[in-house]
Amino acid sequence: MKKFQGKSVFGGIAIGRIFLVQKGEQQIKRVKIEDIAAEIARFEEARDTAIAQLGTLYEKAIKEVGKPNAAIFEVHQMMLEDEDYIDSVKNIISSQSVNAEYAVASTEDTFAKMFASMEDDYMKERAADIHDISERVIAILSGRVSLGEMADGNRIVVADDLAPSETVQMDKEKVQAFVTVKGSVNSHTAILARTMNIPALIATPVPLVGDIDGKLAIVDGFEGVIYIDPDDNVLAEKRARQEEEEQKKQLLLQLKGKENVTLDGKKVKLYANIGNTKDLALVLKNDAAGIGLFRSEFIYLESDTYPTEEEQFEIYKTVAMAMGGKKVIIRTLDIGADKQADYFNMDAEENPALGYRAIRICLTRPDIFKVQLRALFRASVYGNLAIMYPMITSLEEVHQIKSIVEEVKNELKAEGIRFGQIEQGIMIETPVAVMISDLLAKEVDFFSIGTNDLTQYSLAIDRQNTKLDAFYQPHHLGILRMIKTVVDNAHAAGIWAGICGELGADFDLVPLFLAMGVDELSVSPGNVLPLRKLIREFDVEKQKDEVLKRLLK
Amino acid sequence: MKEFKYKITEPQGIHARPAGELIRIVKQFACTVTIAKDGKSADAKKIFGVMGLAAKQGDEITMTFEGVDEVEAQAAVEAFLKENL
Repeated sequence: MKKFQGKSVFGGIAIGRIFLVQKGEQQIKRVKIEDIAAEIARFEEARDTAIAQLGTLYEKAIKEVGKPNAAIFEVHQMMLEDEDYIDSVKNIISSQSVNAEYAVASTEDTFAKMFASMEDDYMKERAADIHDISERVIAILSGRVSLGEMADGNRIVVADDLAPSETVQMDKEKVQAFVTVKGSVNSHTAILARTMNIPALIATPVPLVGDIDGKLAIVDGFEGVIYIDPDDNVLAEKRARQEEEEQKKQLLLQLKGKENVTLDGKKVKLYANIGNTKDLALVLKNDAAGIGLFRSEFIYLESDTYPTEEEQFEIYKTVAMAMGGKKVIIRTLDIGADKQADYFNMDAEENPALGYRAIRICLTRPDIFKVQLRALFRASVYGNLAIMYPMITSLEEVHQIKSIVEEVKNELKAEGIRFGQIEQGIMIETPVAVMISDLLAKEVDFFSIGTNDLTQYSLAIDRQNTKLDAFYQPHHLGILRMIKTVVDNAHAAGIWAGICGELGADFDLVPLFLAMGVDELSVSPGNVLPLRKLIREFDVEKQKDEVLKRLLK
Repeated sequence: MKEFKYKITEPQGIHARPAGELIRIVKQFACTVTIAKDGKSADAKKIFGVMGLAAKQGDEITMTFEGVDEVEAQAAVEAFLKENL
């Protein structure tokens, strides 16, 4: 048995076989071959398989992320059908009498260099596509299993790190846990695991060597440990723990359909955070009362050009209709810092977290902002939509937003396009917004406190920097006081205040938030039912004083 | 032989997705189709050739058609370019 300590980003126990994600870092050997015709046939066969795989991925991606975002797989198919590419591989095989893997790798090199040497930044990045398609063919030739084809269920995915383009390929039904060597608490894998409600470890020093692939392993998301080839007693112990968790889960399911109300009758809006229409199923399964944060930037990140008004309209309409009249709060474009899309052509910044991002982009590029606003207003007739604006630091920004919104409304009116009433709020995630929240409250319909950024900006800690994790104190008294100030100022102006950051699902702090009178909590879908249990067992009137005293001293 | 020139207006230029779409259209025809920019030309049925031109917004491309169905091919490509690029 081998045991590795990592850092857990989501609790739970998973038992399954390891699915090792190997990136093409392996050395490709140059092997002399005798039968050239047979080697070319091997290549052709692998190429056909790769094209077929891409076809399957394309279909899958259409369902999950929509046609425009799926198109890249179709482009990859065409690349594998490109005669220059095919001829190059075949020529290398026949002129040098070498194996197909080597010929594909050399062709990849030549083609990637051609793109990498171009002046156009976008084209430079296409070298990655060539790498991708060549890797796929080499993986098939050398019998490596690719991400899209996990042979059977109950898999523990072990990787160096995972990119969104890799996880979209996975058959998520079969994934029981994620373990990555790199990654931070807010990495893509961590967020995905929380959304999928499965255990995940990051910063785990597992040696990524071929012989662990397929081995039995246990991931303990409570202790942050992965056991490879576990001993019988460990296996028995973890099975029992898993069983216990399963029973708890069942108990929580009994809470489905129950109100989010405290013992003394105070109702709390318990909403879910999502980043994609495919998360809707989880929202409904976990019985969230609405969506408190729809991260619209994922629409931009998953696209390779500006998403059009129609594309966005379809997505917002789908979400609004799927939620059937329940509140859906859509956050406008929050791109920049750690979330970059090539086509925005943003300059490299010394300090992106303090840079050109979110509302700052929207206000300086109203052409982009208005496309999104138009789509949102048009979709508003299909359900109960609300909009919230990220990264607000001043009243002037709110005024500017309002005048752009007025323009959009007037344009729609002039075109005779219908739109509904939309609640509009702002995110409170900068310390200055906290300080002027009394003034901001008079301008908007609600506040949603983004605790991740508020903590990062208040503690002056870059949350992508794992070295600083030890200094990252989300429970800092200063943060908790800020939250109280915001809630008090909201209530004084007669608007509601919620929390949509990670803290909203922090079980130690939720009693404090209830005591403060927080009106809404928006959390990962998997946290909705456990929080409902907590809320239903809490008595605000009776416990308020004690909680405030204990946690806000 | 048929030929026409077209100026790219799409801000992103002929990037991967429209290159793919263009090729899908061109491949429906038997005639040879060439795409050229600044004296560099490429077979419009090959995606790496088309992308390799790195045609951006404001660039002028020349499309040449030669073969039995050159008239139809030209019409289809012209319509596509106007609509998408």
